[in-house]
Amino acid sequence: MAKQLMKGCEAVAEAAIMAGCRYFFGYPITPQNDIPEYMARRMPQVGGCFLQSESEVAAINMVYGASAAGARVMTSSSSPGISLKQEGMTYIAGAELPCVVVNMVRGGPGLGSIQPSQGDYFQATRGGGHGDYHPIVLAPSSVQEAVDLMQDAFDLADQYRTPVMILADGIIGQMMEPVEFTERKSTRVLPKKDWAATGWTPASDRPRAIVNSLYIEVDELQELNDRLQARYKIIRENETRAELYHTEGAEIIICAYGTVARICKSAINLLEKQGCKVGLFRPITVWPFPEKELAAVMAQDSVKKAVTVEISAGQMVEDVKLAVNGTKPVEFFGKPGSYTPTAEEIAEYIIKSAREA
Amino acid sequence: MQTVFKKTPILTDTVLHYCPGCGHGIVHRLVAEVIDELGIQDRTIAIVPVGCAVFGYKYFAVDSIEAAHGRAPAVGTGVKRTNPNNVVFTYQGDGDLASIGAAEIVHAAHRGEKITTIFINNAIYGMTGGQMAPTTLVGQKTTTSPYGRDKDHCGSPIRIAEMLATIEGSAYIERVAVNSPANIRRAKAAIKKAFQCQLDGKGFSLIEVLSNCPTNWGLSPVESMKWLEENMIPYYPLGVKKDTTKEV
Repeated sequence: MAKQLMKGCEAVAEAAIMAGCRYFFGYPITPQNDIPEYMARRMPQVGGCFLQSESEVAAINMVYGASAAGARVMTSSSSPGISLKQEGMTYIAGAELPCVVVNMVRGGPGLGSIQPSQGDYFQATRGGGHGDYHPIVLAPSSVQEAVDLMQDAFDLADQYRTPVMILADGIIGQMMEPVEFTERKSTRVLPKKDWAATGWTPASDRPRAIVNSLYIEVDELQELNDRLQARYKIIRENETRAELYHTEGAEIIICAYGTVARICKSAINLLEKQGCKVGLFRPITVWPFPEKELAAVMAQDSVKKAVTVEISAGQMVEDVKLAVNGTKPVEFFGKPGSYTPTAEEIAEYIIKSAREA
Repeated sequence: MQTVFKKTPILTDTVLHYCPGCGHGIVHRLVAEVIDELGIQDRTIAIVPVGCAVFGYKYFAVDSIEAAHGRAPAVGTGVKRTNPNNVVFTYQGDGDLASIGAAEIVHAAHRGEKITTIFINNAIYGMTGGQMAPTTLVGQKTTTSPYGRDKDHCGSPIRIAEMLATIEGSAYIERVAVNSPANIRRAKAAIKKAFQCQLDGKGFSLIEVLSNCPTNWGLSPVESMKWLEENMIPYYPLGVKKDTTKEV
């Protein structure tokens, strides 16, 4: 299929439909309204169901119900709405249900702004709701990558029976870029959803479905948590992804994800013209964080330090520090809120930092 | 030997955890009998709440989903929209439905969601130990209204059946009680009608069941049924609040 110019939100929605998603429950919030609007148009055309819920709380619980019934289902929102969805997400994680949640992050805290931000990193990667759980979190840095990640987001969710979050930002959601939709065949062996609540009698060939996250006995709750942690270990070992850009022989490694990583690439191109040896480490999975990949890059003799760049007060930098584990200095450049740094500002900081090193 | 009475197959053999004399056991049985009589076990999905009926999934012999507090109508919506051929019912108490889940139940009714809600109103939070509910009567003492519910301080009890009957999307709404054999028979007929309403694709149906809570009311089971009759029924009048099932 030829490339077409498309807004990030709409491209994500179409990619979800191509990935077999037929149920969407959502509530309006800027800057992601193009997703529910697109779904409202498209779902009836493909025999699916779009439903505008009364709240984000209801939307995520509709997702819970649809997933429990065996559907490929998603919702989308932006930061304040995602906060409201955290209750449902911990229940979804606890009941071991698959779903996809898109967060087009905007500035916070509180009502914040409607401009892009990366202030939801902690919420996304640490679980967000109560209890010990993690959604898998994918962080695209272009509209094309957001499209490409959607198929795998649904497959990951089904394979590991876990919520998967697409952690993008207002820029990716609102920007128009050329995208190509290619039929992506699943490369994973997905388990049968024989746990789904679809109707049962004693004559059924499966046990009665009970979709639940309540385990009142200590031992039973332990079993659930052990099962989840064992699954997270497998995910950590097998599902980390990162892009490396000019990291070989670099003296400074910039760590950035999402839109900011692209701006950092522009900064690196500026810096290289001035003879600076700077590379980019861009996590594509922010949970699981690609620790080993970053540690390997940082272990190069040429590397003197890492600089993490974010539109936040410094959130991913904590994961970078954990991966580097004190072996080399880790600096932070960025501001909380919605200020998106320019390539020139990043380059200027790197030059200053290189002199100090 | 002729069997004249037996356990309904739609209840499992798990021993109910409800307190002695609690109305939940009666209502569970009525719902189960209705599912059995309508022959819909194979496509019924129970959505159980947070509250005393939180373990409902252990008792109803149908595929079951445990919902977060108050969210059962949203969860039921997700199920019904995915598999419209399923018969979906939510079973919710007054804290779950009338307080934290007020938005979800209003909008399930508002959308005319083709699900059935069994709403147990016993004027108190049972599971958490007897706190005031939105349905607690004025003057009624609970652990969080120790001097009796004061309407100037926290309002008057909410009449859910009447409120939901005003919503266009609701198709069948009735309030019943389980305080006497006659009322229990009426309750079963109402529950059956609510399920039939869903089977006929008419829209949202809800049966509000006035029930008791001997433990948290501090009364014996017999006294509690008398209290229900003398105090709850006058404020919460029984009867059909809305019925569009006869409309063509």
